[in-house]
This record gives sequence, C-alpha cells and structure tokens, in this order.
Amino acid sequence: MPRLVSHPDEVRIISRRFGQGAEGIDKYLELDGYKAVQMAIEKGPDWIIAEMKASGLRGRGGAGFPTGMKWSFVPKQSDRPKYVLVNGDESEPGTCKDHLLFLHDPHAMIEGTMIAGLAIGAKMGFIYLRGEYRYLLKIMEKAVADAYAKGFLGKNIFGTGVDFDIVTQTGAGAYEVGEESALMESLEGKRGVPRIKPPFPAVVGLYGGPTVINNAETIASVPHILLMGGEAYAKVGSERNGGTRLFGISGHVERPGVYELPMGYNLKKAIYEVGGGVRGGRGLKAVVPGGSSTPVLLPDEIDIGLDFDQVGKAGSMLGSGGIVVIDDQTSIVEFALRTIKFYQHESCGWCIPCREGTDWLKKTIGRVYAGGGATKDLDNIQYLAENMLGRTFCPLGDAAAMPTLGFIKKFRKEFEEHIKAHSHEPATELVQL
Amino acid sequence: MSTPATTIFSPGLAARFDRLVTLYPVRRSALIPMLLYAQDEVGYISEPVVKEIAVRLGITELDVRSVLSYYSMLRTKPVGKYNLQVCTNISCMLRDGYGILEHCKNRLGIGHKEVTPDGLFSLEEVECIGVCCWAPAMQVNYDFYDELTTEKVDQILEDYKAGRGKETV
Repeated sequence: MPRLVSHPDEVRIISRRFGQGAEGIDKYLELDGYKAVQMAIEKGPDWIIAEMKASGLRGRGGAGFPTGMKWSFVPKQSDRPKYVLVNGDESEPGTCKDHLLFLHDPHAMIEGTMIAGLAIGAKMGFIYLRGEYRYLLKIMEKAVADAYAKGFLGKNIFGTGVDFDIVTQTGAGAYEVGEESALMESLEGKRGVPRIKPPFPAVVGLYGGPTVINNAETIASVPHILLMGGEAYAKVGSERNGGTRLFGISGHVERPGVYELPMGYNLKKAIYEVGGGVRGGRGLKAVVPGGSSTPVLLPDEIDIGLDFDQVGKAGSMLGSGGIVVIDDQTSIVEFALRTIKFYQHESCGWCIPCREGTDWLKKTIGRVYAGGGATKDLDNIQYLAENMLGRTFCPLGDAAAMPTLGFIKKFRKEFEEHIKAHSHEPATELVQL
Repeated sequence: MSTPATTIFSPGLAARFDRLVTLYPVRRSALIPMLLYAQDEVGYISEPVVKEIAVRLGITELDVRSVLSYYSMLRTKPVGKYNLQVCTNISCMLRDGYGILEHCKNRLGIGHKEVTPDGLFSLEEVECIGVCCWAPAMQVNYDFYDELTTEKVDQILEDYKAGRGKETV
C-alpha cells in the first residue's frame, strides 16, 4: 500500500479525504460527499461552467488547458449522445498521483464525472484506468456499485429526473492510450493510435459524439471547486493557475511522496523542504519537473513557481506534476538512455517521425552509453530530435524529443566526456528492454 | 454477434462477458476488458480465446489479434503462476530498480520474460507502473510491492512459494 506523507506547507483540498476511509460511501457522505453534484443539478450547466472558469483550474494531465473553457466548447445541441471520459491511464514516468485518488477517494472521481456530465449534457461517463491498476479498478467498481445502490447513479438520480450512468474499465498496458484520441480508440476496442485533429473531441469524440476528456485529477478537483466556490479555489493558486495540485516528488530525495501544494509553490522549496532535500546529503545535479517528457532543469533554474506559466518560462513544462530529483552521482547519459528507451518502447508506430525517431535516438544514445560513440553522434541526436518536434499526430513524438534535447543541450559536456572516457571500448551491448 | 453455443470459459466468466457487452453503446468496447479477464482465467490469450471473443463481439479474429498485439499486458504465451514485473523506469532506476531486477534474476535463475522450470515464477522488466514515489517497485501479477529492498524481495518470494502471497484478480 503506497505510504501517505504530509508536510505543513500542504493545502489539502483534493487529498483531504486521504486515509480516512472515504472509499466507503457512508464515510464519503459524512465528509461532504455528493453535496456538490446536488448543487450542480439544482443550479444548472451555466452555473457549473461559470464556476469552473472562475476557478482557473487547468488540465492536470499535462497540457494545462483551462477546464471550464474545454467544457464550454461542447455544443449544446447534438444529434449524437455526449460523453464524459476520465483519463486515469496514468503512465508518464514520475507520475503516481491518480493512483492515490482512486485508492482513497473513488467517490470524488464519480462525483466529478457526474458534474462534468451535467455541465455538457451527457448522460454517460467512462472512467478508464491503466491496466496495471486492477486493484484500483476493484475499488472504483465497488464505489460505482454503492453509488447505484443509493440511487446516486442510474435513472432519476437523487429523485431529480436526471439520468446518469458510469462504466469503469482498464486498459492493458500502453502509454500512448493516455493521449486523448488514442484513449477513445482504446475505449472503442481498438489499437490505441491517435486520431487526426480537427475535429476535436468536444465536437466529434467517443462513438462520434461530443466528448469531454479530462485527467483523473482534474475530475477529482471538480466537486471541491463547487463546494468552496470557483473564486476561492482560484485564490489558493497563482495567477492564471487556480488551486492546488498533487505533486509527486520522487528519485533522490529524503522524503519522496505525493504532496498537495498550491499552484505556484516554489520548486526549490518543494525539493529541499517538502521532499527533505537530496538523499544522503549529496549535491543536486538536475530536476525533471513534470514527468519524464519535460525538459530537465539545472540546479540554478529551479527557483521558480510550480505553475504552467512559470515552468514554461524556465524552458520546461509543469506536465503531470511528477518531480524527479537527480543527485550528482547520477550519469545523465544513462538517465537519458533510460528515458528514450521508454518512449521508443511506447511509440505506437502510427507516424514515422516518432516510430523511426525514437528508435534511432535510442540506438544512438545507447551506442554513446555503451562506449562506441563519437562526438558527431551528439549533433545527430540533436538534429533528429529537433526534426521530430511538431511533426507527429500526437504529442508522443515531442515527449520523446524534448527531454532528449534538454539532456544533450544542458549536459553536452558530460556526454562528450563520456564518449572520450569510453571511446576505446567497442559497442558490445545495447541494453534491450 | 451472439453468445456461442459452447464456451471455453468458466460459467462465471461467460456470464460476466454476457453482461460486459451490454454496458457499452458498442459491443466491441468490451474487447480489452474481455481479453484481460480471459487471460486471467486461461493464463494467456490462446487461439480458442481469440476465436470465441471474436464470435461474442461479432468482429473478425483479425480485429482481435490486431488489438492483442498492441497492448503490452496481453500475452500469447503462458507465464509463471506468479509473474514478477520489476520497474526500472527513471524513478525506480534512481532508487536501485536495476539492483532489484538483478536480484530477482539471481534468486530465480531466470532472465527477462523467462519462466522457472517448475512454472511457479516468471520475470519481466517493465516500464513505469505508477508507483514512482514509493520506488523501487514491482508487481506480482496485479499486486504491487513498493519501497523494495533485496530482503523484502526474498520475503515476497518466500510468501508466494508458501502460498501466502497476495492474489488480486
């Protein structure tokens, strides 16, 4: 069972029910559960969307798109049924926040899904978890069954004449399915390859109907926003970045864990105070600020606020909020190789720049690591990665190219020294996954 | 697109499939869950599994195989009764995930995607499993084990050998 941690700087909004038994519906009700959805039914879609816009909530999957805005794009009239799709296919290395939400607060996920449905006029929602989360699916299934038993889901919910159904399921192991259009393909029982956009899911989504797709953490935030009011939620965070976020601090820190911090919280403080600093009193070498696809930051670049705009300004991305801390004993060449091996393994193969690009990046960085590299390889890596950017159907190509460019540009000297130190060795082994 | 006259699945699983296909606006949506549950019961996705699922969903066997080959958790060969999946992705790597993998290899005497001769254990090096803040970690079938040490791994293996391990399905 994942260990819960705490720190005085935390502002507990979406994690406030963690460890309190709120996976049981009675406990959830005791802790203000299902109040927000009843407010939402009473006050209607325009009010919900206005509150969501006021909250400044931005998508927690990584793109940071304003949630209220996303919901408002769904056409009011539609010949086809509309759907809500909750993306719990949490797979970005360094990210394990949704894991805790499903484990400790499954009803918040249900309630958030219902509110999203009410806002856009959908009668059905899907909660899709990654395949490895089977034990969490069982928790979600029990929560959904309990909600049906109480009349909170199904026909005529809360006796209001409104119908809403939820189906939960898992994937079967594929990072690419975390991309919204690939997720829809997977839910339709197909290979998880991306769709061409436009049309965007808000217009043509799941089963061809208008669909809102939100990250699980985004959805879990929704009931809290309605309970405390959009404006109050916005004030907790920084400018244009409302509320709090579950930040996962992992790697070489003394106290790794998932902490709920206000948006805009200082990254350096998050590592040194909340996470307890670098393990074993070692020096800090680098920080991956938002999951493995986000470009690495150097120790002198981390005195910034953790929000989408400030991390963006520093040349990286807030991504999924998975902060990976790397100490000064780590080989960046090895770290870069492990990162690109992941993206090569997960590339769905649908478009060439990603399929070929990730493969050649892995081969080239692998050769450098194994001791058969030349300085020229570093130029090739950079050239290849730069030419993947923006040339793929979905962001996986960028997700592989961006961190690679970060490593090569910021640690070029280390790569060169590695090549020099190992150049006498033949390239005997490319570690295969 | 129907319930087949005879089924290779247990009555419980067959009934579950009958219900599963009705949950979605489109029957085919049940494909991935069906493949997973079939794999849990049969051990892997065998040819008869592909055939029956295709019939149940009213799609071609090729449709099923195309999906089957895409998802990394779906397999076409048996694994050990207890399949160890050790994560070596970045957060685990930084906290000695590779050391844990090596330890498992040595203890079991098998490598990546191999099965022990008695069929009890198999081993896989896997990508991120979503327990980064409690690294290093592994799964045994669907059960998670986190903050691993070599001593903890030994204990886990002992427990499964003695039939005391967790078994979520």
